[in-house]
Amino acid sequence: MAGTAVRGRLTWQVATAGSLTDETVAVRTIELGVADWAGHSAGQHLDVRLTADDGYVAERSYSLASAPGEPVAITVERLEDGEVSPYLTEDLRPGDEIEIRGPIGGYFVWPWQDDATSPLLLVAGGSGVVPFRSILRHRAELGAKTPARLLYSAKSLPDVIYRAELDAMHDGVEVIYTLTRQQPPGWTGHSGRVNEALLREVAWASGQQPIAYVCGPTAFVESVASGLVGLGYPPSRVKTERFGGVGGP
Amino acid sequence: MDALDGNAIGGLLHEVFGTEMTAATGRCANCGFIAPVAESVVYLDAPGTVVRCRKCVGVLMVVVRRSGMNCVDLSGLAALGATAV
Repeated sequence: MAGTAVRGRLTWQVATAGSLTDETVAVRTIELGVADWAGHSAGQHLDVRLTADDGYVAERSYSLASAPGEPVAITVERLEDGEVSPYLTEDLRPGDEIEIRGPIGGYFVWPWQDDATSPLLLVAGGSGVVPFRSILRHRAELGAKTPARLLYSAKSLPDVIYRAELDAMHDGVEVIYTLTRQQPPGWTGHSGRVNEALLREVAWASGQQPIAYVCGPTAFVESVASGLVGLGYPPSRVKTERFGGVGGP
Repeated sequence: MDALDGNAIGGLLHEVFGTEMTAATGRCANCGFIAPVAESVVYLDAPGTVVRCRKCVGVLMVVVRRSGMNCVDLSGLAALGATAV
């Protein structure tokens, strides 16, 4: 039951949909008006709960797409056989109410234990890029000088989420795309899945004490994380978040 | 559905323990492997939520929701805490 949030407790509450932004044909960013929001860290997520007329309840987690201090926003990829994402990406209208709880998570957050100075490596598969928008915006707002690289694996250029914002990144942020299924004519970027050779080319040398965040489908995350450990990254410096086998790059 | 990880149950664990738990450290009672809860292997579609050790795949935690109540089995954890265990 939704109620007033008690400090330290995580309670369901009603959020009101605000502006909706189509990022790709299957991905939508939803701003949420939340009366009682404790403020979030970059990389955290929230849970959404939908209750059908017959009482059937479905819960899903979505990464927060907005930086700390910005209005709460999530970016949702529509899964064709999904129970929650089709509603959020197709049916939800501004002013509609949904139940949420959050912010959630203390592991996949940046800065990690006040470590804001280590070179930052972000590796995203598909909609795994969502928490990295929050992290990169937060980095910019902090005026952090820590260099950052985002390696983003997407199926094709039209599947790249936040492309305009990512292409405009500057001030110590490099964005490197790899397109796994379809490349536009004249594409000079990387093609194919993230493999050891690409990681070796893009990742900060382990001697620079980098910290890595990897987010995407489970198989993608496990392959990238083990690749980074193979390059000498200590496992404790490779933060991972897996969202299953669907919607991958 | 593929296995997820402990990040996916941050909300559920907060509900159970009353605090953020994904950054907490757990020690597997089977093999002794120590890791953040976020790095454990999580199945949401098992009967209930099943959390397994990333090293030995032993069951660390099971949470089953019944009649609005969470039934929690932590017998697969030798230790669980905010600091190193």
